[in-house]
Amino acid sequence: MRRYFGRKLLIYGLTFFVAVTINWMIPRFMPGDPVSSMLSRANVAQPEAVEAMRAHYNALFGFDLPLWRQYLNFWGALLKGDLGISIWLFPTPVTDVIIRAVPYTLGLLLPSILLSWFAGNRFGAFAARRKWLDNSVLPVGYVLTATPYMWLAILLAWALGIVAGVFPVAGAYGFDLQPSWSWEFVGSLAQHWFLPFASLFLVAFGGWAIGMRNMIIYELEADYVNYLRALGAPMRLVRRYAFRNAILPQITGLALQLGVLVAGALVTEIVFSYPGLGHLILQAIQNQDFFLLQGTFLFIVIGVLIANFVIDVAYVLVDPRTRTGMGGQA
Amino acid sequence: MSEASPEAQPRTPTARREALHFALRNRKLVVGTIIIGVFLVAAVFGPMTIDHKPTDYVGPPMTPPSSEFWFGTTTFGQDVFAQFLYGLRSTFLVGALGGVLAAAVGMVVGFVAGYRGGWVDELLNMLTNIVLVLPALVVLLIVNAYLGVRSIGVQALFIGLTSWPWAARAIRAQTFSLRSRDFVDLARLSGVRTPKIILREIAPNMSSYLFLTFILLFGSAILIAASLDFIGLGPTDSVSLGLMLNNAARWSALQLGMWWWFIPPGAGITAIVGALYVMNVGLDEVFNPKLREM
Repeated sequence: MRRYFGRKLLIYGLTFFVAVTINWMIPRFMPGDPVSSMLSRANVAQPEAVEAMRAHYNALFGFDLPLWRQYLNFWGALLKGDLGISIWLFPTPVTDVIIRAVPYTLGLLLPSILLSWFAGNRFGAFAARRKWLDNSVLPVGYVLTATPYMWLAILLAWALGIVAGVFPVAGAYGFDLQPSWSWEFVGSLAQHWFLPFASLFLVAFGGWAIGMRNMIIYELEADYVNYLRALGAPMRLVRRYAFRNAILPQITGLALQLGVLVAGALVTEIVFSYPGLGHLILQAIQNQDFFLLQGTFLFIVIGVLIANFVIDVAYVLVDPRTRTGMGGQA
Repeated sequence: MSEASPEAQPRTPTARREALHFALRNRKLVVGTIIIGVFLVAAVFGPMTIDHKPTDYVGPPMTPPSSEFWFGTTTFGQDVFAQFLYGLRSTFLVGALGGVLAAAVGMVVGFVAGYRGGWVDELLNMLTNIVLVLPALVVLLIVNAYLGVRSIGVQALFIGLTSWPWAARAIRAQTFSLRSRDFVDLARLSGVRTPKIILREIAPNMSSYLFLTFILLFGSAILIAASLDFIGLGPTDSVSLGLMLNNAARWSALQLGMWWWFIPPGAGITAIVGALYVMNVGLDEVFNPKLREM
């Protein structure tokens, strides 16, 4: 088991290292010059002022130092939690901007991932090999899982928000409210939360239900199932065994899907102008705020790595083979 | 996923006829193929029937669907139907290019790692795991944000380079189970070189599996591209379905009730990707006799 976690942690460490390196390399080696594009955005007419700003930005990025020095400085600043200063919300540090947005994204992501995973697996297992349910669930599941997250979000916002007028379609709470612990505010928060949550939940739910349904069908062909059936075990018991075996690949699947789920949350937030990380990314791109964009990138990578580790721990808890070092899914 | 080890040898004519027999009777496969076929025809030939550019201002602004403009017009009087047809073309292009590239990288990594084993395997496995854990869309966001001019080709290139890992993993596992079979040993003993063994002995025996992998990569490339376009990092030189959604959201089509602007592009993506997934399951049932429902 120690070897299992050792390997995992090594991979996560390396991944973080690669992510930071990508983050450092892209502004320096991509075609195009971020400093000039920022200068042209600033729209200053006097040439002296442009020169002064160019010098300022070059010093800010540290472009005048040798490359290896820039790389070390980048790591140094990062370890101190310094990701630079946001241009969009000048002069707030990027770290502060991101930390303010993270709770909103987590508040959407965690419930939608966990609930869709549990509900989807239960439902998929229930539907497998039941003629009527299978024939109705399967097509719906495929349509849901093929739907782009932002499109379902747009449809829900339009149908339930604008046409029916039941839910608000922008922001995380009413524009007339200040964040506080009053019932009114919490109610408004929940109301604004529901639609983005629902669209994330639905798309993910379809994927899990189909995955589980296929997995159970594979399992029901296995030898142990035939044996149990020959012994005359009730179908409910057989299904329970199949479910316990089929849940393992679904846990691995959860780890594999994390990137897609996060991406889904980002675009859903954009549809609903929900003030999480997705909204920050949109603002960063529109305002050419590269520090903010890169800071958000690092935060998301760290979040995904932590989530992966949590899933690894869960896997060890569920699958006894990993504990005794007998292999299983590595 | 359980091993879909291909029992059918595709080279013998009877097996091929049997596969065709089941393929034509598989409802999922037939429906999926028809949907993809219809959209493909629309993407290839549709734009030829339109004599103006998709971004031209051709009609009165904000008109609902009519006999002249089948899908209505945008706030600026652009023809939504023309944009849709050109967008379908971009969608297929990005899916095909990104899917082929990802499948190629995944196959090379998977075959080499699975066949060679040892430290080559360790190294490639490490690389696969790193790329697997990195959230692809976020990496693509960063890369694309710094690109001033973006084209579909470059978008597909980066999508291909970030979405191969799970394919590599799956192909590695399959190769692993094939490499100690008798016919592979025989080829090795008679001095056949490694690339040739992989190409002639191993790959054909998992060709159905490779094809299924490609279909899934195709679909996911389309979805990733749509998300990128929607965030505002789409191609700067052409129209795509994701870009249409982006424009619709940016110019408040929702608030203005212009449903004809945002429903077709999303429906197009959903139909294509959904049909690909359904085709994938249908093919799986054709190739794998255990899954056929009698």
